[in-house]
Amino acid sequence: MDCVVTGGNVKVLAKAIHSLSRIGDELYVEPQEDGLSLRSVNSSRSAYACFLFAPLFFSRYTIPSGHTFRCKMAIKSVQAVFRSLASLEKTVEKCDIVLDEQKNRLTFTLHCKHGLLKTHNLSFQDSESLQAVFDKDSYANVFRSHPRLLVDTVVHFPPSLEEVTVSVSDERMWVRNHVEEEDQSKAMLTELCLASDEFDHFAVRIHNSVTFCLKELRGLLVFAESTGLPISMYFDEPGSPVVLSVTDSVLEGNFVLATLSDDPNHRKNNSRRALTPPPPADDFMNDDIDSYLIAMDTSMAPGPSATGPPTPPLADSTCSKQPAAANNRTRLHSEEEEEEDDTADSSKPPNKKFCSLFFGSVIPPSPQMSTQPVTNQEVLASDSEDDV
Amino acid sequence: MKLLLILSPGVVTTISKLTKMCVLRLTPDNLFFVLSGKVANGGVSMWCELSQANFFDEYQMEGVSSEDNEICLEVTPENLSRALKTVQNAKTVKVKLTKKHCPCLTIAAELPTMSSINRVVTHDVPVDVIPRRLWHEFKEPNMPDFDVSIYLPPLKTIKNVVDRMKNLSNFLVMEANLNGEMNLKIETDLVSVTTHFKDLGNPPWGDDASQDGGPSQSRDPEAMAQARVDIRKLQQFLVGQQVNPSKAMCNIVHERVVHLILLHEDVSLQYFIPAVA
Repeated sequence: MDCVVTGGNVKVLAKAIHSLSRIGDELYVEPQEDGLSLRSVNSSRSAYACFLFAPLFFSRYTIPSGHTFRCKMAIKSVQAVFRSLASLEKTVEKCDIVLDEQKNRLTFTLHCKHGLLKTHNLSFQDSESLQAVFDKDSYANVFRSHPRLLVDTVVHFPPSLEEVTVSVSDERMWVRNHVEEEDQSKAMLTELCLASDEFDHFAVRIHNSVTFCLKELRGLLVFAESTGLPISMYFDEPGSPVVLSVTDSVLEGNFVLATLSDDPNHRKNNSRRALTPPPPADDFMNDDIDSYLIAMDTSMAPGPSATGPPTPPLADSTCSKQPAAANNRTRLHSEEEEEEDDTADSSKPPNKKFCSLFFGSVIPPSPQMSTQPVTNQEVLASDSEDDV
Repeated sequence: MKLLLILSPGVVTTISKLTKMCVLRLTPDNLFFVLSGKVANGGVSMWCELSQANFFDEYQMEGVSSEDNEICLEVTPENLSRALKTVQNAKTVKVKLTKKHCPCLTIAAELPTMSSINRVVTHDVPVDVIPRRLWHEFKEPNMPDFDVSIYLPPLKTIKNVVDRMKNLSNFLVMEANLNGEMNLKIETDLVSVTTHFKDLGNPPWGDDASQDGGPSQSRDPEAMAQARVDIRKLQQFLVGQQVNPSKAMCNIVHERVVHLILLHEDVSLQYFIPAVA
């Protein structure tokens, strides 16, 4: 892999890494045919973020030929490369990202003014592909606005606030701080009402409200505000994730945040709605057995790279260092099961094996995951404590 | 009880630095933020008076009865301050006493937007309504019969001195005389530090002083009255000062209490720090 980023794009890349650092502790790097993908997921798997920088974003973009390369590394060390955003803009002219497969190093070289070179050699770990399963296009409610609107909205909430609730009607959006019921008598409640014409796009099919973590939204705002890209927000019922995305001709960013599923009768709504239009990924979401609400596809060949070389050689080369080559086959098998499951009735309980395989390579299967907590998953685990 | 008012954040922010909880007392003409000297808050008490006419375009209130036309609420100034800060650029701000999930001061603001419809933000700050039988705890404290009254040097200067002294000691001695001199001292086993201020001037407390005849005329102008106070209490007071007052004064009752008075155009703030042995 050899990528060269020049000019203002260095700052864009830096901002993306900074906003990913609000999500999790590790950065997943995957050079793909359609661009460089940078991803992160939080420890409780309730938030996932992905940036895809198209080849055109770079002045040079070459990826390892013949096999897929994926790795993960501590996001802090990557952040350190782009530590000072202010000086970055003034001094850095070019950034090279080069993979040295012999030494297992990812090298970031910053070409600064006056011929100064800053080289960071970062070690990495092999990793599986990290891919959240979501289909934002099937979502009922879609909004788009300039980031300023959301920045002006979140400013009303204290930095310590963990979750906000967003409710919509045909004409309005309300943003409230979410308060646990037992704290309600003491807590200060803040509500902001936005009119639909403050948005560039405001499409509501279902009047409902979702509750999600504010911290990750703030992370995206850091990126969106500096690039000035409009933010799109997609959401559906409580319990299915909210997707926030920014898109440009050369980059795409998606933040997928779990929402609280509050009410048992939403479950009913879920299945009823899911059956009417048949969006496969949505069905998958409804059946999600993961207690943290975002389905993570950790299988070998997620959507984008599936268009690349055929699967078997691809899988072989990636896993050559891992002793569990047999695992490979089962994982591929799990994909088939996914497809089966997509077509299956959404109210049917999912295969437990399917679940643990899906997560097997990333986190150890826990008893909690093999149960089906969809209806009683009251709280998305907020990981703010870990990160602050 | 009815209440509708419109408020600026500066004062409340100042108060939020001084105390976690305080009492907001409302009368037809004034608002008071009151902290009564309880052991729990280190014996510090505070009395802040705002004239409603200077803050509100519209002010409606109706107390418990026509004789006791007052409302007494326990509030968290920090919440109030945060709410008021986020609505600083608002076109209008309304503060109302409401009954929601609990009694609340509801702060509603219309924010300027490009849209034809206003962006509206509301903050519900929970309050406790204080029953009338407890009101007597929140009356204006009497002006202490002080030994020395003196104008303070700029608060920022004092703050710089106190911040540094705090690293050395937990207690600070404030002393002043009628000759316009004030000293801030710390004394520890290892070090003694004194900062001297002079030519500060002594306020002329005439007949309008609440005590009999002001500092006694016979007092030796050079004689210092002093009080040893918890340095954190003084620091808290200094941190909170966001605006320079038009007048800042300090009254010292020898070895009893330090009484600080700040006069802004439309606000007065009194702060009492008890002396410790």
